[in-house]
Amino acid sequence: MAKLPPYATTGQRIWHYAFLVICGLIFFFLIAPIAVVIPLSFNSQDFFTFTKEMLSFDPAGYSLKHYRDFFSNPDWQDAMWNSIKIAPVATVISVSLGTLAAIGLSQPHVPARRAIMAILISPMIVPLIISAAGMYFFYSKINLAGTYWGVVLAHAALGIPFVIITVTATLVGFDRSLTRAAANMGADPVTTFFRVQMPLILPGVISGALFAFITSFDEVVVVIFVGSAKQQTLPWQMFTGLREQISPTILAVATLLVCVSIVLLTVLELLRRRSERLRGMSPG
Amino acid sequence: MSDMTDTSGPVLAADGTPLKRSLAKALRRQKLRALLLISPLLLFILVSFILPIADMLYRSVDNKIVVQTLPRTVQALSDWDADSGQLPEEAVFAAMAADLKEAAAAKTHTKVGSRLNYENPGMSSIFRKTGRNAKKFDIEAGGPWKEALIEMNDDWADPDVWRTIQTYSPPTTAGYFLNAVDMRVGPDGAEMRPESEQIYMNLLKRTLWMSLFITFSCIVLAYPVAWILANLPTRQSNLLMILVLLPFWTSLLVRTSAWKILLQQQGVINDVLVWIGLVSDDARLVIINNQFGTIVAMTHILLPFMILPMYSVMQTIPPTYLRAAKSLGATDWTAFWRVYFPQTIPGIGAGSILVFILAIGYYITPALVGGTKGTFISNQIAFHISTSLNWGLASALGAILLAVVLVLYWAYDKIVGIDNVKLG
Repeated sequence: MAKLPPYATTGQRIWHYAFLVICGLIFFFLIAPIAVVIPLSFNSQDFFTFTKEMLSFDPAGYSLKHYRDFFSNPDWQDAMWNSIKIAPVATVISVSLGTLAAIGLSQPHVPARRAIMAILISPMIVPLIISAAGMYFFYSKINLAGTYWGVVLAHAALGIPFVIITVTATLVGFDRSLTRAAANMGADPVTTFFRVQMPLILPGVISGALFAFITSFDEVVVVIFVGSAKQQTLPWQMFTGLREQISPTILAVATLLVCVSIVLLTVLELLRRRSERLRGMSPG
Repeated sequence: MSDMTDTSGPVLAADGTPLKRSLAKALRRQKLRALLLISPLLLFILVSFILPIADMLYRSVDNKIVVQTLPRTVQALSDWDADSGQLPEEAVFAAMAADLKEAAAAKTHTKVGSRLNYENPGMSSIFRKTGRNAKKFDIEAGGPWKEALIEMNDDWADPDVWRTIQTYSPPTTAGYFLNAVDMRVGPDGAEMRPESEQIYMNLLKRTLWMSLFITFSCIVLAYPVAWILANLPTRQSNLLMILVLLPFWTSLLVRTSAWKILLQQQGVINDVLVWIGLVSDDARLVIINNQFGTIVAMTHILLPFMILPMYSVMQTIPPTYLRAAKSLGATDWTAFWRVYFPQTIPGIGAGSILVFILAIGYYITPALVGGTKGTFISNQIAFHISTSLNWGLASALGAILLAVVLVLYWAYDKIVGIDNVKLG
């Protein structure tokens, strides 16, 4: 936002400040719903709104009881552990296969590159309910529905587009002569990959991994259809909670999940700064 | 021979093969290596994702159940003229009795009954009731079966029942698709269902209309934000960017539950409105479980997907263009509308298609804050998969939704390019 020039007319001044107010309101709209959840989760009552005690900052109005409930209720604990068991495994599958394929895709001569790319990105574009329906029908046929591996495979497929996109984007800036130099000095392709290429594209791989992780960690539609009660994840538990008996423990879970996303966001930002710094240093 | 190659023959590589062939070989090897690197993932996606979708698409026309459960009847019925108004002959009834006996033993008669029930309500109970006695049928001695079956259930005397079986005997059917667009096969081919039974076209229209509305609200809200982010000094814009990225990274369920809590009648928004005095305590607004709730929550959830592409386009527009326009005498509005706005259209297009594609397939948010009036076609698909168990219809609805999305995906690829998708 450029500063107002000293010769601005009154109309321009009014518009300038009105515009700032409009933008402020939109930012408020973006962040307020998330911000409201956090204080509400410390409510000592089972209400979903601010009580009189909370508004007067009376310590009696606040408590950690919803958090205690989350950490002691077996339903929520099972759900949390299921999420922790599913997401990292799905992430490892999508990242290992995805990185390999991204390296293949960024070679100079790839036949049918566009078509392959379209297929690999499609899990991100196809509506989740369609993926869920297809996987449910098909995985039931091959006895994968309702199993841990069924959910992991489904989530890995959903995470792959993010890995492909971030890693190919990183590889665009990768200097190909480095691998040639390594080969020239006698390194075999595997050594070249792990000692030369991988360290350089690592930021892209990690941010792809974070995307894949959060995709699996937040996913509900596919897990509801493909999974069984044994694979009930945190978002699934929240979904049933919101649908049936809405309990304020959800607010505590939501706050914890916001903290998780803040951590992920910070890591991503640090990675972005690092790669920007490196790019600034390298010539060209 | 050797003289020829030395002077005017093909250029040779170091090992003596012609250079052209050697280069072609190297290129082939390069292509092969690239494909080898891609193939594990491609295989994985094909098996875990593309195959299930193809299976679902096949399910939307699959109708083998009728001919598999009632093979003799289907054969015997093939000569029967449905338009004659006469009942089929004794042979058809005997075939049906034999088929039902087998089906009842295998417990598949209820399945074929509920399949035919989608097309002609009442079929399910005919098959269920007759099937109860079918295990005891003595095919040789129990005849004549025409009288016997009609005596058991007089619906067998209705030619319409036989017409339905005949119409839906081929192994593939367009019935589910016709059903998904509120049509059915009548005596004179495809016809519209009665007004009171038309649900899906209205639902599809509502889904499209609401997605368009959400896309439009996202454009209106995202434009000023993207502009201010692109024109502030980096330090400040990075700080404000957090306000956009945090919702983007926050779990969908968290954002939906936040809206569920905010919009309740006893929720924060109504409380604030009552406190300000805009709304009296006994007339709290109903802003959840209707279209308004879905639109507000989804606009909030999809807004970052609009802001980010707009922002990346606006960042590349030099601010000098606006200054040049103004110094040439354009008013603020003309400079914006004639110079700045046209350059932002690629960003608007990219963001709009993305938001629209995401909105049209939404399931979770409409299910939680949409009530009955604010649900999308996805919710109906989920209903048919898990509650009504009409998987064929669910697949047909899914295929229609998929077709809409794929057209948009293709457009997105043409306009923006799949390779240019940026995340965060």
